[in-house]
Amino acid sequence: MSNEILINDLVVRFANVNGTGSASANNMFAKSVFRMGIPVSPKNIFPSNIQGLPTWYEVRVSEKGYLGRREGVDIMVAINAQSMAKDVQEVKSGGYLIYDSTKLLAEELFREDIHYIGIPMIQLCMDHYPESSQHMLLKNVIYVGALAALVNIEVEILEQLIKEQFKKKEKLIPGNIQALHLGIKYASEHFVCPLPLHLEKRDLVGDRILVEGNNACGLGALFAGATVGSWYPITPSTSVMNAFEKWCNKYRVDPDTGKKNFAIVQAEDELAAIGMVLGATWNGARAFTATSGPGVSLMSEFLGLSYFAEIPAVLIDVQRSGPSTGMPTRTQQSDVLAAAFASHGDTKHILLFPANPTECFDFTVIAFDLAERFQTAVIMLTDLDLGMNDHLCKPFAWDEEKKYDRGKVLSAKDLDEMSFGRYLDVDGDGIPYRTIPGTHPTKGSFFTRGSSRDEYAKYTEDGDVYAKNMDRLVKKWNTAKTQVPAPEITIHNPNAKIGIIYFGTSSYAAQETVDLLKEKNILVNEMRMLSFPFSNEVKQFIDQHEQIFVIEQNRDAQFRSLLMIELDINPNKLLKVLQYNGMPITAAFIYQSMMSQIK
Amino acid sequence: MTYVKPSFRHPKLPVNKIGFARREYEGAISTLCAGCGHDSISGAIVQACFEMAIEPHRLAKLSGIGCSSKTPTYFLGNSHGFNSVHGRMPSVATGAILANKDLIYLGVSGDGDSASIGMGQFVHAIRRNLNMLYIVMNNGCYGLTKGQDSATADEGSINKSGAENMFQGIDLVSLSIELGATFAARSFSGDKHQLIPLIKAGLSHPGFAFIDVISPCVTFNNNVGSTKSYDYTREHMEATSAIDLVPVKTEITNSQEEGTTQQIQLHDESYIQIHKLASNWDPTDKLSTITKIFEAKSRGEIPTGLMYFNTESKDLHTVLNTTDTPLNLLQKEVLCPGNAKLSGINASFR
Repeated sequence: MSNEILINDLVVRFANVNGTGSASANNMFAKSVFRMGIPVSPKNIFPSNIQGLPTWYEVRVSEKGYLGRREGVDIMVAINAQSMAKDVQEVKSGGYLIYDSTKLLAEELFREDIHYIGIPMIQLCMDHYPESSQHMLLKNVIYVGALAALVNIEVEILEQLIKEQFKKKEKLIPGNIQALHLGIKYASEHFVCPLPLHLEKRDLVGDRILVEGNNACGLGALFAGATVGSWYPITPSTSVMNAFEKWCNKYRVDPDTGKKNFAIVQAEDELAAIGMVLGATWNGARAFTATSGPGVSLMSEFLGLSYFAEIPAVLIDVQRSGPSTGMPTRTQQSDVLAAAFASHGDTKHILLFPANPTECFDFTVIAFDLAERFQTAVIMLTDLDLGMNDHLCKPFAWDEEKKYDRGKVLSAKDLDEMSFGRYLDVDGDGIPYRTIPGTHPTKGSFFTRGSSRDEYAKYTEDGDVYAKNMDRLVKKWNTAKTQVPAPEITIHNPNAKIGIIYFGTSSYAAQETVDLLKEKNILVNEMRMLSFPFSNEVKQFIDQHEQIFVIEQNRDAQFRSLLMIELDINPNKLLKVLQYNGMPITAAFIYQSMMSQIK
Repeated sequence: MTYVKPSFRHPKLPVNKIGFARREYEGAISTLCAGCGHDSISGAIVQACFEMAIEPHRLAKLSGIGCSSKTPTYFLGNSHGFNSVHGRMPSVATGAILANKDLIYLGVSGDGDSASIGMGQFVHAIRRNLNMLYIVMNNGCYGLTKGQDSATADEGSINKSGAENMFQGIDLVSLSIELGATFAARSFSGDKHQLIPLIKAGLSHPGFAFIDVISPCVTFNNNVGSTKSYDYTREHMEATSAIDLVPVKTEITNSQEEGTTQQIQLHDESYIQIHKLASNWDPTDKLSTITKIFEAKSRGEIPTGLMYFNTESKDLHTVLNTTDTPLNLLQKEVLCPGNAKLSGINASFR
């Protein structure tokens, strides 16, 4: 077994039992790495279950700052007997298995090519804590302590984290700190610490923050001035509205009256959730909902109404593995087409693809501006990986000068000075003017409906009038191309023949892959997609390269289809890199897939 | 019904206290069948809003899909209207009400729209006690798809194709009371004298006001054997007041004393029996109200009038404790915490 010293480059996986309080201990480990100034990327890998089934928490530590998932476990903290046999097999050759040695490990669980580190966690608990109820929770802190000694985490950082965690339950602090030290002491006395594979303090994190995407979306909605939120609980999007409510309760309650400058309703289903959004935006408020794939299916009818009747809506779709119930707690990017074309008839929606929490914040704000500017639904496609995991990212920034773009809304004064036709293309950009109910005593009222109507909102089944309206919607769509976030294009070499296209959370691994390819002297240019409709740069980038790899996390190459459909690209030019096992895509996977296809 | 609505009105038509004539409360010409009860309800809405001197632009009219949901086009032409999707008007109304608590909200729906596809949203609108008037134009059948039974069609009722309805009809009034509606009434489209005051009361009610209006379908559910036909309703109405129907045939009007039951013959020569509630009816007693509804039903009677009300309960905005200023008027200054707060937020993620 190799004993090569490896600093700040490892993957630690915790194998726990769902519902045993391990999450906070695992999170403490990740956060301590972050506070040591080392880039870290934690992932929850959890079952669709409340209690009892195996759950994993995987932490990648990367000196080079790679934040995508990396395959191969260097250190397995194997606490779950149920998954132990599998967990042992997951450890890389030469890696380490930390286990509870209170009981002997079964013989068949021993491998010759890995190291075993037994910490008698339950025994230590029994020796030091009288109440058995404490044992399960403190056992988690003991393994964090042992790990701290083994990989060299500063104990002060962990102590501080415990103090922060139990800020409101101070009497729990001494017991937890004691457990931490029990782990440290036992590991130090029985094993050579630190291991060859360990951490060293760095200053690689700078001012960056560690936060979940869903939390960032909720914060973005707060800053964007959303006042109405309606939703129906669904994993993995639930914490978006929870976060919005938390932020609102903090910053949107009048200190004098206690009254709230927001309204949040847990709807009876997803149909009602999006219906409330449309009712609220029709009436001039900024409103949004958050859901996942099954919710998008249910919301489709209203999304069509949003498109056709031209009513703003913001929808945050935190994607999970479909179809149907699929794997509800696993990640995927498989709602691309469902979101782009949700509803019957010729319908298409503006999509945004954030890749990290900073963008979740920024794009949520942009989504509200776009929705009102274009009077249509804007769907932000994040995913479980982004939404429910902490990500190292740039701090949130806000421009105090920024004004909310409320779009073409006419005031009473405007109506006094002009004639009004709800669906008239006055400015030639395809975007009509609208009025908010209650604006003017005699002018500006109109009927909103999903049926065909003329430019003055009057019901008609005249085919020519219908077609003209549909054409104006295309014009509006073309205007949107110039105002949605443009793709981020990185030209490493103007002569490179290969281009890669990726979006959302595939970005981490895709960018790492570029470095892997560089090592083999394969130069590729990159285009990170931020939105749909596609701006002109997208076609140009594709035209400039001979082979384009479209990297995405679904089976049917949905993003590739979207490119083909919208830009009329020769399918042979667009090569597929597809991962769809529910785990975040890795650089190694992309590299192998590309190498097998490069001409 | 006429196909051209004259724009000419006598210049000296009476105006209400805010200076609007009745015509300011009218809408486009109806495209419903001649004699449709829904048109009578539209007329009652026009009259009620005119008499109440509601500023048309301060009233928002919302509906779902179906014959009844088309009617908002035919009244209050100066109000914003929203014809949403089938059965989902309640959620759209909820959002609209959340955005602006200061407007008056009138939701119009049908028995298909509210008792079948939209039942889920209907019950939750009641549960949330939205501050709105919710009218169901109830004819027991699907008109736009040519006469299928709806969920309010009575068991044993015969539809136009001659088939007997095998299932129990849903009684929306008792259901709404059960779910906590703070105002529940039933009326008959033809009974203007009863319906107009009920609409006025419902619009004034500070919470969810529900009116189930029996509104016979002149085309698809007006046959012998139907229990939602004009005739059947007249026959079984425990005495309504005026019945004001405008079918191609002749308008049926009826007037009856409170507390009496009256049989009314409809165009197809069937009957309905309407019982107009007596003035000593106690509409604040929920239990006795529900009991009386069931008793009337067992006698084959349709009680009409204000069945139940309660002004004690809190509307959605009160429950959510929202600010007095409508949410849609709040500006960035009060909504956005700004950069200084964001620095602190960033610090909390380190």
